[in-house]
Amino acid sequence: MSGLNVTDLSFSYGSRQVLKNIHLETLPKGQLTALIGPNAAGKSTLFKCISGLHKSSRGTVTLNGTDLSSLSGQERLKRVCFMPQFFAANAALTVFDVVMMAQKQLRGWRVTSEDTHAVARALDTGGISHLAEAYVGELSGGQAQMVSVVQALVRHSEAYLFDEPTSALDLRHQLQVLGRIRTAIKNRNAVGMVALHDLNLAARFADHLILIGHGTIVAQGAPADVLRDPKIAEIYGVNIEISTGPRKDLLVHAYAS
Amino acid sequence: MSDQTFQTSAVDALAAGYRARNLKRFALVCVAAAILFTTVVIDVITGPADLSFVRTMQVILDPSIASAKESVIIWDLRLPVAILAIVVGAMLGVAGAEMQTILNNPLADPFTLGLSSAASFGAALAIVLGWSVVPGVGSLFVTVNAFVVAMATSMALFAFTRLRGVSPEAMILVGIAMLFTFNALLSFLQYGASEIQLAQLVFWQMGSLARATWPKVGICLIILLIVLPYFIHKSWALTALRMGEEKAAALGVNVSVLRLAVLAGVSLLAAVAVSFVGAIAFVGLVGPHIARMIVGEDQRGFLPLSALAGALIMSGTSIASKAITPGIVYPIGMITSLIGIPFFIVLILGQRKRHWQ
Repeated sequence: MSGLNVTDLSFSYGSRQVLKNIHLETLPKGQLTALIGPNAAGKSTLFKCISGLHKSSRGTVTLNGTDLSSLSGQERLKRVCFMPQFFAANAALTVFDVVMMAQKQLRGWRVTSEDTHAVARALDTGGISHLAEAYVGELSGGQAQMVSVVQALVRHSEAYLFDEPTSALDLRHQLQVLGRIRTAIKNRNAVGMVALHDLNLAARFADHLILIGHGTIVAQGAPADVLRDPKIAEIYGVNIEISTGPRKDLLVHAYAS
Repeated sequence: MSDQTFQTSAVDALAAGYRARNLKRFALVCVAAAILFTTVVIDVITGPADLSFVRTMQVILDPSIASAKESVIIWDLRLPVAILAIVVGAMLGVAGAEMQTILNNPLADPFTLGLSSAASFGAALAIVLGWSVVPGVGSLFVTVNAFVVAMATSMALFAFTRLRGVSPEAMILVGIAMLFTFNALLSFLQYGASEIQLAQLVFWQMGSLARATWPKVGICLIILLIVLPYFIHKSWALTALRMGEEKAAALGVNVSVLRLAVLAGVSLLAAVAVSFVGAIAFVGLVGPHIARMIVGEDQRGFLPLSALAGALIMSGTSIASKAITPGIVYPIGMITSLIGIPFFIVLILGQRKRHWQ
């Protein structure tokens, strides 16, 4: 079975249950799924459970037919590339150094010419080649986020999970970064998931939406269906109107209720 | 088409830039190693007996040509001191570099977690009370006591992390508690000590290379050769840790296990070093800072250069301890601070980038 399957997944921090019986429809390869939901709904926790950084108390996650719990932590993280939300580093490391670190993925001391070229290509494709020799501590929030995305995309995995890859970016870079992510997912025929707060971006770039609220899946499916679901207004606590934009794209308007 | 060519050349330029920086880093490490070799030779020449540079080099390279006097001075007296200085310096430099990395704290050094006061307390037990923690070690009991108590302290820290989790904050706080506990216990012993014992104890704490012997050099080298390959093996993981715990974990680093394993290695390095030459805290703090300013924190350059910087500081100290007043060898603990601190301040003031804020 190809794609990512999550069945009956639950997770608790101590006695506080964060995820309850999460069941996702198969996430197909080569397509991008956006995970949407209010703050503290469990988006990051779900990503950490899928990537194995958190041990879920119940449930199974399979990727292309392999039960991920049968793999070692490191092996699992090779197949599932997870980009965490925060990245605060004041280290004396350049952008090239940190992307190289992701490229090497803890393997061997030597850096080969292929490694160097792969990193250089990734920086170039990611539009941050001008930052290659900048120290990571000197980057702005938006630049750091773009470096994070490049760190994720330089790796070759079967599934990519991005936790809010665009929250600190300006309009142009939001579109560029999500465009790059979608292209990479398609070209590599990998499973892609992004957690997003901006519903318009989600509607524009994702093939599927998953709405999560209070640790459960509220709705999942095509963007048009999920965004028109009356429960989305209830989960976010706002009034939501959907219209069609000048290029036949869905526009989401939120009004305080 | 022209767009494509342009991109390829941009990629090549990026790759070339990185290779150039790698090469520069390697060259810097080689330069540091060459300087270190020179200071070792100067260290051997420095002292009351008049030895020329050329003759010293000849005797070091070919021991058979030495006269009996030269052989004793160079091979039995001066070389063990010079070599122990650089090996201990390298141990402290490496230990400091990794302590700063795992605790994510620029003020960390091998003794942050109370190891040096624990070692001093162990030595005091031996000197003041005549207690040997491990029976049957003969005249080495001061050294063995210092080592055993220092290692026991890091074991206690291990036990604590079992209860409370492996966060840098918790480790540092417990370390400070250990430091004060052992300082208090040490004062207790000093209060009850005789004048001779007190003098002995103070001398021990000030640090000295005078007790250097080839077996001690050998033990230090063995420990370094056990621990260093592990740190080298974990280079990428340790570099990743500097990007934050979450980022490192996402790359597949088991952060808690790495912290504990590295802490064990650092404890071993620091405990052996301190039990042989006394508490020399400054080297492990400054060596890594110098390395960081020069090559950054990619462990592939940072780790070797931290070791070399530590070795250079200790070698310089060893020379200075003999050269300040001819005929007197000063304790090294105070010299490391006196020659190191002005140098360090100049480095901080002249530094372009501040990596800890």
